[in-house]
Amino acid sequence: MPILEVKNIARSFGGLKAVDRVSFSVEGGQIKAIIGPNGAGKTTLFNLIAGILEPHGGEVFFKGESIYGLPPHKIAQKGIFRTFQNVQLFSRMTVLENILVGHHRKMQASFFHAAFGVPALHREEKRAVKKVTAIAEMLNLTKHLHIQTSQLDFGTQRLVELARALAGEPELLLLDEPAAGLNIHETSQLASFIRQIRTSGITIVLIEHDMSLVMDVSDEIVVLSYGKKIAEGIPSEIQKNPEVIAVYLGNENA
Amino acid sequence: MNIGRRIHLLALCIFIIAIQLLAEMSGSRYILTQLTMTGYYTLVVLGLCLLMGYAGQVSLGHAAFFALGGYLTALFSSSHLDQLFTHENISILRKAGIITHHPEINNALCLAPIVSLGIVLFFTLILALIIGIPLLRLKGHYLSMATLGFGIIVHRIFLGTKIFGEADGIANVAPFRIFGFFAVGGDASHRIANFYFAWFLVLCAIIILRNIINSRVGRALRAIHDSEEAASAMGVDVGKYKLIVFAISALFAAIGGFFMTHYNTGIGPSEAGIMKSVRYVAIVAVGGMANLWGCLIMGTVLNFFSLRGFFGSYDDAVFGALLIGIMIWAPDGLFTKEFSHKFRHFVEKIRCQFSK
Repeated sequence: MPILEVKNIARSFGGLKAVDRVSFSVEGGQIKAIIGPNGAGKTTLFNLIAGILEPHGGEVFFKGESIYGLPPHKIAQKGIFRTFQNVQLFSRMTVLENILVGHHRKMQASFFHAAFGVPALHREEKRAVKKVTAIAEMLNLTKHLHIQTSQLDFGTQRLVELARALAGEPELLLLDEPAAGLNIHETSQLASFIRQIRTSGITIVLIEHDMSLVMDVSDEIVVLSYGKKIAEGIPSEIQKNPEVIAVYLGNENA
Repeated sequence: MNIGRRIHLLALCIFIIAIQLLAEMSGSRYILTQLTMTGYYTLVVLGLCLLMGYAGQVSLGHAAFFALGGYLTALFSSSHLDQLFTHENISILRKAGIITHHPEINNALCLAPIVSLGIVLFFTLILALIIGIPLLRLKGHYLSMATLGFGIIVHRIFLGTKIFGEADGIANVAPFRIFGFFAVGGDASHRIANFYFAWFLVLCAIIILRNIINSRVGRALRAIHDSEEAASAMGVDVGKYKLIVFAISALFAAIGGFFMTHYNTGIGPSEAGIMKSVRYVAIVAVGGMANLWGCLIMGTVLNFFSLRGFFGSYDDAVFGALLIGIMIWAPDGLFTKEFSHKFRHFVEKIRCQFSK
């Protein structure tokens, strides 16, 4: 059974069909890339899966259970975490605090517990900090832990966002253009992190423009154009697909 | 970190005691009255600090909750309940401690203040939820406008309803007795105890709020402030958290209003006024929004000056001017590095001007 199954999902903005009956499925442990020219509907598709936008039709299943139309926090609580194309960190908080927010669903402390500082709370907090620190270490963020995220360079901010999503211990990770704005060195580092994350058993769906990264890490690729899926397959097939080439390079006969 | 937090609290305790001793030694014991009232106003400010500074939800209607706490208890502990109950009922209720006679107000039968406190907390909670559920869907100015509307409605209801005493408010409210020997009320012999009681509540508020802020829920609130979208993507139930924090801040305000009313033995409609709400918002802004200690300091200083009449008839104008000044020169409050930089720069410039 696929971990994520999207069937005929659709969303339009006014007259524009941003996502037009797109279907695909992701097997557990896979890295699946979604590519397509600007405005193809990739981020809209992500927002539909993550619940930020309400779909206008179709079905979405996560581990066989429908998550269609659920609000974003419910979807996150089920184990789908994401990063944002335009990094959305909590800018007034430190790196550690940001990543701890990612760990929110794995903690229990309520307002009541917190207000009266029950001992269980401190134990939980310690456990959380330990886990989160380990994630930060994996992504080379240890030296930034106590810095406010607004003071970090863009590449590091992207990594903090990745760490924050990982802290939720997701089963499915949605990465929206994780390499955008990164230099070559940072991108290759990112590729190795992505592979490492997959090794730990997390399924990844990735939107990306950097073709070398996409071809490098992904097992399968879905190609969108004008809201429609035009191709799906392994990287070597996609590279040879005439329709995909036409979309990317422009078709003289069109 | 932990020790640092305790040091702050210890400093606050020492400061509270020092103030009392100072007032005693300088023979100006009367200022304890205003300081007690300041404590109750500070409770509202602290609750609003959590809502506005940390969770980022600006409410221009918090005076309504303060007044609600005050008016409800005034109603229950000043009105004669004689007509309401038959004789047998009274004896049961008296035995249960639900109603009591008050020697201070002509031996009238009233709800025991502790029952009244329960009712106030319950009603405030219900009202905060009823108001909060539709209002907290709004963001930014829309939320502020809606809470402003709520504040206006509550103000006019207190001002125009007979049982709330219309423009006169409610006077002759029974004292709130604790352990039999101490009462929150107008009795001058309890002045020092009242001062300590009010500031004990402030201390409790600070501890509770600090605990909340430095926990999972506090992080979630600050996350909501920075990006609701990202917070919800991390599994934070944004709607629920906003509602809970709104209710908590409303309860803080109502508790402030409750004790203030018993202490002053009455309450008037001006407590529900829009200018009061604006004042609370101004104080939180000057205190630095997400800065509990800043809000505590500014809440104490400004409320005390205002109660002492330092600002004369320009009282509200001072808070208006503060709001403008803060927004222009120190949008993050007075207790920031940026502002102290700016301030030093400014002083330096003035000095240069003069030395020319």
